[in-house]
Parts: sequence; structure tokens; C-alpha cells
Amino acid sequence: MTSYWQLFITFSKIGAFTFGGGYAMLPLIQKEIVEHHQWASEEDIMDYFAVAQCTPGVIAVNTATFIGYYQRGILGAIIATLGVITPSICIILTIASILTSFSEIAMVQHALNGIRIAVCILILQAVLKLFKSSVKDIFGTILFIAILSLSFLSALPTIFLVILSAVVGLGYSYIKKKRSSAL
Amino acid sequence: MIYFQLCFEFFKIGLFAVGGGLATIPFLSELGVRYGWFSTEMLTNMIAVSESTPGPIGINMATFSGFHAADMFGGILATLSLIAPSIIIIIIVAQVLKKFKENQIIQAIFYGLRPAVTALISVSAIQIFSITFFNTDLFSQTKNILDLFHLLPIVLFIILYFGYRKYKCHPIYLILICAALGILFQL
Repeated sequence: MTSYWQLFITFSKIGAFTFGGGYAMLPLIQKEIVEHHQWASEEDIMDYFAVAQCTPGVIAVNTATFIGYYQRGILGAIIATLGVITPSICIILTIASILTSFSEIAMVQHALNGIRIAVCILILQAVLKLFKSSVKDIFGTILFIAILSLSFLSALPTIFLVILSAVVGLGYSYIKKKRSSAL
Repeated sequence: MIYFQLCFEFFKIGLFAVGGGLATIPFLSELGVRYGWFSTEMLTNMIAVSESTPGPIGINMATFSGFHAADMFGGILATLSLIAPSIIIIIIVAQVLKKFKENQIIQAIFYGLRPAVTALISVSAIQIFSITFFNTDLFSQTKNILDLFHLLPIVLFIILYFGYRKYKCHPIYLILICAALGILFQL
């Protein structure tokens, strides 16, 4: 059984190495949660992200709550979530109390520009993996392209796109079922 | 009194900021004006630091603004208050989802959601790629095609990408290596 300590440490690691927030943590989640601990599958993660996108709160936190809950119930959810925020609290409190011009230091800027390359590599890998597991048929491909273009070309809020695709998925399954029962 | 206000205000932000960390910024800016806890200038500085330190941006921002309002304890309290609503909501959703996982309607909804979420993640990936590898500001001034690309990052990306695929180290090592390279090459 997963221990509370394991949950806390794993999510602290994810919190401490997520740069850029939100989806940039996906590669680490894949590595730690899916491959290493096998607490969730690739598809599960997708589902958590989808829910996190339409519920209030920070995506990283919501994902931690989900996984913690499924592993060890309510206390597990709370511990995993505290794990993901602990590095942030420590780092920000340190920076806020000793150096306020942190982001203007040249060395910090160089390191961050380097880290951005790492984030590009990791996120490219993550997206390729995700694409394979979530876009499986023509319907998925069309929906993927449609949402991608809508997100680029329109100013529609993300939550609207998520709800729209849920409705489309529902409608498509309904039509498919009707057709197969008519045959 | 200020602790109570912090709890209340950040709980409210946690409840209403849908769509990730950056969605909290408008709420925070309103807080700064209403209570005088921090100025807009400080907020800009907070965003810069939150983006350049690890951790979810929304969490970093909450800790930072709580600290400005009421020191260390304020920072911790603000962060815990911010996440409280989402913990409650997600636990409820998780329970419902577990019960209805095999339900056909839920299955159909997620059937549509998965490709869509992949598309949304691809959009943020493309955005990260474009800031890392393209310099559109300089290009629009000089119209020189060579100015459009950040050449050194592109070269490093290609080398590291194939190296990473071949040797498959932990992502954390890749991040540390890239930070060191950034300092070395003064990126």
C-alpha cells in the first residue's frame, strides 16, 4: 500500500521541479506517477486534467488531490496536496524575505533560459506520448484539430472549449449508438 | 483580524479562479487595491518571481501576497486558504467519478475530453516553443530572417533532445543540466 510519506515526497518532487506551472508539470507526472509508481494511467491523468480545467483552483494542486484521494482516501488527498505546495511555500518565503529583486539577477535569468530548453524537450515528449494514448480514431483527430485551431484563432475561454468537447463527445457517442442499434 | 481577512479572501479566490494559476491575478490585483496589502508594482514583481521559481504559479503568488500582507504566517495561511476549496471540490468529484466510471455517459464525455485536453496542452507547448526559439520582436524591427531564430537554444535543443531520448535520464537531471548550460552559455 502507498504510504503517506511516499505521497508527500513524490508530490514535493513534482512541486519543486515544475517550472512555468500548469501543463509544464505533465512530464514529471508521467515519469513519477505513471511510470515509476503506477498510481494512475496516462488516460487517468488526462481525465484529471480535464476536470481540473473546469473546476476552480490550480491544476497541479487538483491533480495531486485526485491521485492522493484514490491512493489513500481523504487524508491521502490532503497530504499529496500539501506535498505539491510545500516547496513553493519554502522557496517563496525565502526569496520574499531576503531578496526581492531575485528575477533580475543575471545568473537566474541565464539558468531560466536554459531550463526553458529542458521544458521544451520534456513537454514535446509528453505531448507525443499523450497524443498516442488519447487520439485514437478519426473523431479524436478531428476534435483535436478543431480545439487546437479554436484555441489559437478565437478568444474563447478554455473552460468553454472543455465543455464544448464534452458535449461533442456525448453527442457523437449517442449518434454512434443509435446507428449501430438501427442496423 | 488580518489573518481572518486573508483566510476569507484567499478562500474566495480559490473558489472562483477557474482555469489555473494565472486566473488568480485579476483577483489579487483587486485585493491589493482594496486592502492596501501591496501595490500594482509589487504585484508585477511577484508575477516575475513566481514565474521564475519552481512550483505552480497560483501557489507562488498566494504565498507571496500573503507574505506582503502579514509576513511568514500570512504567506502560509493565504496558500492553505487558496487550496482549501479545490481540495473539497476535487474530493467530491473524485468520489462521484469513481462510482460512475463505468457509466456510459461519463465514458462518452471523457471520450470527447481527452483529445481536447491534448490539444490544449499542445497549445501551451507551442507557446513555450515559440518564446524559446523565436525572436519575433527583433525580426519585426530588422526584417533579417536570421534574427528570427534563437540559434544557440535551437542547436542545444536538438542535441539534448536526441541525447535525452537515447539515455532516458530522470527529467530532474535534464532540468539541472539545462540550467547549468544556460549559465555556461549566458543564454
